[in-house]
Amino acid sequence: MATFKDFRNNVKPNWCPGCGDFSVQAAIQRAAANVGITPDDLAVVSGIGCSGRISGYINSYGFHGIHGRSLPIAQGVKMANRDLTVIASGGDGDGFAIGMGHTIHAIRRNIDVTYIVMDNQIYGLTKGQTSPRSEMGFKTKSTPNGSIESALGVMELALSAGAGFVAQSFSSDLKELTSLIEQGIEHKGFSLINVFSPCVTFNKVNTYDWFKENLTSLSDIEGYDPADRASAMSTLIKHNGLVKGLIYQDKEKPSYESLVSGFKDEPLASQDLELGEEQFEKLVNEFM
Amino acid sequence: MIKQLSWKVGGQQGEGIESTGEIFSTALSRQGYFLYGYRHFSSRIKGGHTNNKIRVSIEPMNSISDDLDILVAFDQETIDLNHHELSSKGVIIGDSKFSPKLPEGCNARLYSVPFTEIATELGTSLMKNMVAVGATSALLGLKAEVFQSVVDQIFARKGASVVEKNMQAIVKGMEYFTNEAEGLTGDFQLEKADGQKRMYMIGNDAIALGAVAGGARFMPAYPITPASEIMEYLIKKLPEFGGTVIQTEDEIAACTMAIGANYAGVRSLTASAGPGLSLMMEAIGLSGITETPLVVVDTQRGGPSTGLPTKQEQSDLFAMIYGTHGEIPKVVIAPSTVEEAFYDTIEAFNIAEEYQVPVILLSDLALSLGKQSVEPLDFSKVEIRRGKLDLNTELPELEKGQYFKRYEVTEDGVSPRVLPGMKNGIFHVTGVEHNEQGKPSEAPENREAQMDKRMRKLNNLTEVFPDPVYKDERHEEADLLVLGFNSTRGTIQEVLPRLEADGLKVNHGQIRLLHPFPADEVQEMVKKAKKVVVVENNATGQLASLIKMNLAMQDIHSILKYDGNPFLPAEIHTKCKELF
Repeated sequence: MATFKDFRNNVKPNWCPGCGDFSVQAAIQRAAANVGITPDDLAVVSGIGCSGRISGYINSYGFHGIHGRSLPIAQGVKMANRDLTVIASGGDGDGFAIGMGHTIHAIRRNIDVTYIVMDNQIYGLTKGQTSPRSEMGFKTKSTPNGSIESALGVMELALSAGAGFVAQSFSSDLKELTSLIEQGIEHKGFSLINVFSPCVTFNKVNTYDWFKENLTSLSDIEGYDPADRASAMSTLIKHNGLVKGLIYQDKEKPSYESLVSGFKDEPLASQDLELGEEQFEKLVNEFM
Repeated sequence: MIKQLSWKVGGQQGEGIESTGEIFSTALSRQGYFLYGYRHFSSRIKGGHTNNKIRVSIEPMNSISDDLDILVAFDQETIDLNHHELSSKGVIIGDSKFSPKLPEGCNARLYSVPFTEIATELGTSLMKNMVAVGATSALLGLKAEVFQSVVDQIFARKGASVVEKNMQAIVKGMEYFTNEAEGLTGDFQLEKADGQKRMYMIGNDAIALGAVAGGARFMPAYPITPASEIMEYLIKKLPEFGGTVIQTEDEIAACTMAIGANYAGVRSLTASAGPGLSLMMEAIGLSGITETPLVVVDTQRGGPSTGLPTKQEQSDLFAMIYGTHGEIPKVVIAPSTVEEAFYDTIEAFNIAEEYQVPVILLSDLALSLGKQSVEPLDFSKVEIRRGKLDLNTELPELEKGQYFKRYEVTEDGVSPRVLPGMKNGIFHVTGVEHNEQGKPSEAPENREAQMDKRMRKLNNLTEVFPDPVYKDERHEEADLLVLGFNSTRGTIQEVLPRLEADGLKVNHGQIRLLHPFPADEVQEMVKKAKKVVVVENNATGQLASLIKMNLAMQDIHSILKYDGNPFLPAEIHTKCKELF
């Protein structure tokens, strides 16, 4: 059995001290060990930005792609080798600005990929511009007078796009975050886990303390049922999206892979590439 | 008796023009005739003039002809727009329904046949195209049985009575025309064909079939003209081989998803046209720097932007060669016949894996959608080579904190490749410059070592690539060398005997490997000719510029056409003669 230490490599993250992404890294490492996989079984695909570096900080197969495209790469990996555990990850700019189209379509396609977004409501690597998650009035280098665009309610959006697994957590709650990632990995289909991961350098508003004050734990809401989509939506609206925990899960929703006609249990990558002569002649004859 | 003829059917888009041409040409193909079909269509579903021009010959050819022998018209617009192509002996067969009239100055013979009326009497006006096929075959002296197998194939699932009705429609069309045009039929009687079985397919069919035979099992793609037939074929076929197609949200997803699948070990392709390729460029660069194999098909059409989306052009050449930012090793292959499109697609996958590079398979609308007779493809020529990917190796255990050297600096530049999931094979992939283990590195000496390693991978490609230039060198000392790429091959071939008849000695080359450029081979050809002319469907002479750059020569002539239509042989003939 692998332990979380087996998922550590010797690369020192270039994140700022105190960055929320350290917890996400640790949670992924712990969750991977807890679900019983080895580093060889895991592929972490990431986008571009501070958080995009995460694929290089975990001892597993890792693919650091291009800005906004972690999801299509991750879906391609999963389709090619369904034995792999595939985690896609990146920041809120990566997933909800440049990559928003892929996020919505990955949700409705429902390939078994766990998508972890490190949401800091700002662009960190480019040194502090507004993000689609920044609140109205939020002052940044690109919005010196305060943002005049509204923040995107990504959890609500995921629910309406038909997501089968929607969760949100916070870097300070390593235990809950680890558990949610485990559940996401074990969920058969696409899972979205949005993590409030504070940027200590450029976001002086949405700080650790701010989240502690403003986040509501779903476990504290009496009778909250993550199988109830309507109440999930109304709870999100009521709390302006500032909740943490498993928001919604549909355990019955079939994954994309399970619906593809003729798709085998054996990974596509291990199947024979060559056609037999008879198969070939049959294909040729169809054009005669 | 004639050796070849040119036939065209035209009408409003959506009224069965394509299927009329399909039935006519497939039946003739099964008799052993050589065929070439080219569709003129518009970017809309219903309405607008469309036509399908089909050339029939007892000899191999791969080009539309200058003129037209028979025009089958479902509306007056077809006659008005196309009569000028008719030869002096040309015949128009029009549906009586629209009371066809000869335009002023047109000397063609016009026959009015009640296509719609006969079809309606038999049960449905939908069969008017079968009546038209029947009338045409009377003119050609073909028997109705010739169409039986095609009609069976198309209508069998609708029941025996539908098959029967359609055959009746053909027979009625024949009978009506024979009575109407007594004595005419001798003019267009085709010599008997050799009866050999051949494939009759468009370039996109050949590319898709090549992908299956070449081991591709996954295609993420976004629909676009004129590439969609590739995904449509694979949607039908890949499930038989365990694979699948995903229609993605856009071309960026298509390309990056294909990269993900290739990284994980499945041969994967995507296909698009110029607008899609523009969106894919960043991802193609990712494939280059991460040394992830990738095959992307570009079926060129009229650009830029939406341009002429259903028309022929060859203007993506520079974009495909130079399109990505930064510098990567990349291969651009340009098949020049449907048959080559099949074998080149397989080779594209082999090169992508052997050299761990992106490969662009460049086609153009006339090649992708033009339908050609193809000798049955040869199973023994299908070969799959995966280069330095060894799936059976037991890898030695990695030292703690160390990764597999996926980007090891080697003499030929190609590094050993393992796949995610393999034990002891962990490595990192990043579009950031990286060291041998794939870990990000900005060290100047590492940058140089990795850049040099990547760029030297293709050093030997022009030597090992099968026939980088198709050559028809009839003369050691030629007056003229004609060069082209992609679909112009058949048309240039058509012109050669005409120029020879004019007393000119002419050689022909079709460049099949555009990048890296086979400069030595082209140089050898150039040396043998007094003049060089490059024929291409674009406005700026991109291939001519490429040759000038690679051969350090300036004295090259260009014949350009960018009105959306493929060259006619006569256009190339006239312009070549003007050079002397």
